[in-house]
Amino acid sequence: MTTIYHFFFVPMTIGIGLAVAIMETMYVITKKEVYKTMTKFWGKVFLLAFAVGVVTGIIQEFQFGMNWSNYSRFMGDIFGAPLAIEALVAFFLESTFIGVWMFTWDRFKPVWHMVFIWLTNAGSILSAIWILTANSFMQHPVAFEINQETGHARLRSFKDLISNPQLWVEFPHVLSAAVCTGAFVVMGCSAWSLLRMHIKNKKDVAAVEADGEQTAKVSLFTKSLRVGAVIGLVGACFAILFGDYQGKFIVYDQPMKLAAIEGIYEDTGDPAPWQLVALMNEKDHKTESSVDVPGAGSKLYYGKDSGKVKGMNTVNKELHEKYDAKFGKDMNYYLPTTVLFWVFRLMVGIGFGFALVSILVLWFTRKKKNTMWKSRWKLWIMGILTFAPFLATTSGWMITEMGRYPWIVYGYQTIADAVSPTSTSGKVLFSCIIYFLLFLLMGSVMIFYTRRVLHQGPFYEQDNGDKPSKIAASTERKVALA
Amino acid sequence: MSFLQGMWFCVIGLLFAGFLLLEGFDFGVGMATRFIARDGDERTLFMRAIGPHWDGNEVWLITAGGAMFAAFPLWYASLFSGYYILLFLVLVALIIRGVSFEFASRAITDKERNVWQWANFIGSLFAPFFLGMMLTSFIQGVPMDDKGNAWVGFFGVFNWLSVVGGIAVVFFCFIHGLHFLSLKLGPGDSRRMLNTTEKLYWIAYPALVVFVILSMFMTDFYSKRPISTWLLTVVVLGATICGHVSAMKKRGGFAFASSGITLMALIAWIFNGIFPRVMIADDPAKSILIQDASGSPYSLKVMTVVLCIFLPIVLIYIIWSYFIQRKRIVSDDVSMTDVRPAVAAK
Repeated sequence: MTTIYHFFFVPMTIGIGLAVAIMETMYVITKKEVYKTMTKFWGKVFLLAFAVGVVTGIIQEFQFGMNWSNYSRFMGDIFGAPLAIEALVAFFLESTFIGVWMFTWDRFKPVWHMVFIWLTNAGSILSAIWILTANSFMQHPVAFEINQETGHARLRSFKDLISNPQLWVEFPHVLSAAVCTGAFVVMGCSAWSLLRMHIKNKKDVAAVEADGEQTAKVSLFTKSLRVGAVIGLVGACFAILFGDYQGKFIVYDQPMKLAAIEGIYEDTGDPAPWQLVALMNEKDHKTESSVDVPGAGSKLYYGKDSGKVKGMNTVNKELHEKYDAKFGKDMNYYLPTTVLFWVFRLMVGIGFGFALVSILVLWFTRKKKNTMWKSRWKLWIMGILTFAPFLATTSGWMITEMGRYPWIVYGYQTIADAVSPTSTSGKVLFSCIIYFLLFLLMGSVMIFYTRRVLHQGPFYEQDNGDKPSKIAASTERKVALA
Repeated sequence: MSFLQGMWFCVIGLLFAGFLLLEGFDFGVGMATRFIARDGDERTLFMRAIGPHWDGNEVWLITAGGAMFAAFPLWYASLFSGYYILLFLVLVALIIRGVSFEFASRAITDKERNVWQWANFIGSLFAPFFLGMMLTSFIQGVPMDDKGNAWVGFFGVFNWLSVVGGIAVVFFCFIHGLHFLSLKLGPGDSRRMLNTTEKLYWIAYPALVVFVILSMFMTDFYSKRPISTWLLTVVVLGATICGHVSAMKKRGGFAFASSGITLMALIAWIFNGIFPRVMIADDPAKSILIQDASGSPYSLKVMTVVLCIFLPIVLIYIIWSYFIQRKRIVSDDVSMTDVRPAVAAK
């Protein structure tokens, strides 16, 4: 649960961070003031996301010991190293340089200042690499042996651990998804801001064009849209590409996961069809009805025109044969197919949708005919899409984690065996509820403040120094909330 | 016990000490926002003083936890699962404090800003208190089973020594924070901080004596490792006296160094006392020793290589980040997100 929540903010931090860094780079290259304003403005949004991202991250680091102590005993020798390295290499980097970046706008040459934000980003991305190293190990255990005396796993080769093939399909996919998230948050927020200008001016386009400050705003947000679209397009294409690689990898590695996200109960024919939509009956383990695209399955899973895919019933038998001696006959290897099937389609749909939307945005905001900001329905759609990347990333995470069921480490330790014997369910439930409420609060406050930042607009300078009187503050608020 | 195991035991001790040395003053400054600051603006000023650094300082704790996980998985698993509720409370405190900086700087009205400043204060007060409780509770010998699970009951967590220990950590963090502020603020404020700590130190002596007497009865430090434990006790006391004298003489730098050493010596006292164990059980046969808790020699070697490469780099840029922001800040510069350069106080 924390994982999902934390993962809500992480892509946002990486993505927006990257977008901000790119804007600042453009400022350094072009020396145009507009990019500096842009950087500062989106920087505010970035800092808000960062603040919440960091605090959810602390929990993550400690949870393995608190809730999964048996897991930590069993796998700690392997799992601990990436986490420790993550803290040492990545967290110090990002947290130190974000502090430097925030407070040294006027103290360094722009070029140097830009380096700080890139270092902050490098920290975030590095931390993603290390945590995914750990996660990939859980998905596809490599580079270890079981110590016969203690029964614990021992690390055999660090090199193998970080060249885990699972990591190198998972990490690029996650990173590109993060890039997409950042891009779409920037684009979505720009769209909302432009929409607000319509509402404020009573939908009078001419009034906006007559007003210098408003025109500057429009051009700034349009520029943000374009920058976002370029980043989003690149991100979406890579996300699709690596997602495809990942699919081809798990065909062999975790056939159960693949069969579940594709809703395949019985072995397919050869070449395999691809089910566009299907109704599953989880009780009797069969697919009720489906709309198939003939032959597309083999293309997707193997990249060739032939090849059949094992269904869940077959895989279930195989898994029982493989693990019954160790884990007993009562294991249930079936996954919640319906959820995974639809969640997977949601994720893929959003991915392709993003690529399309990015192209369209670039088209509509092209130099000669900048009509995007005048067309309210396009802005509405764009605004609503702000939330789409979070749906996609959460879906992806659900597939990854639920698809590993019943194992915490694939084929070596079950989730049930991994929990702390000392944490009673009451304790865990209590802490989960509190975390959840805290997160809900943090999330809402963050969204609230992000809205405020957007309302204040890019030309709003926070008053610092001589404090505004109470009256000024309250009118300011009215203006801000108007 | 191999050399690497012993070294990593010390490294984790050092990381905890680094955490208290740095994040300790952030906590102290957080407490000062209610105990010392006169109004909302001064609170903002205090928070601005640690604004660029607190996040990096907090990483020391995360690194200590991570290093514990990597080098001594069994210790990490037993300690963290045994002290579930206490750590959970620490995390809650760190969460509300962590977001409070950013949220307070986004606040428009005084009332709103006040809410987040309270969050900052509460987090800064309780995080070191609960951590101090944990550090002084697990050294007393806790009920453990054969599998190394610690079953810490309510009175295992909440007893005379752990409460005094928690208060002691909070108290020294507070003094340490005021010393940091004395280095960071203008001359008038700086003097005010040192005047305050000068008075506070009188409470420190009896508290330390009580702490030592309690730990004589409730831990085996003074019977098992008498010489080194007494030696470190003297160091703690000496650093405290040093800090007191420096505060009287209004030497902020010396005072800050002394209070930092006090905090680090406390950690050293704990780690020296539990050596060669990592978890102390009430039944000595069930205690976990360093060599039993540690990871494989190979992964220790990998971690050592990583540490030797990255720790110097990290230290260099952390010191650099303090160095470029060494200027004192004065009260006409209270924005939390820097838009104007800091004004140096002559």
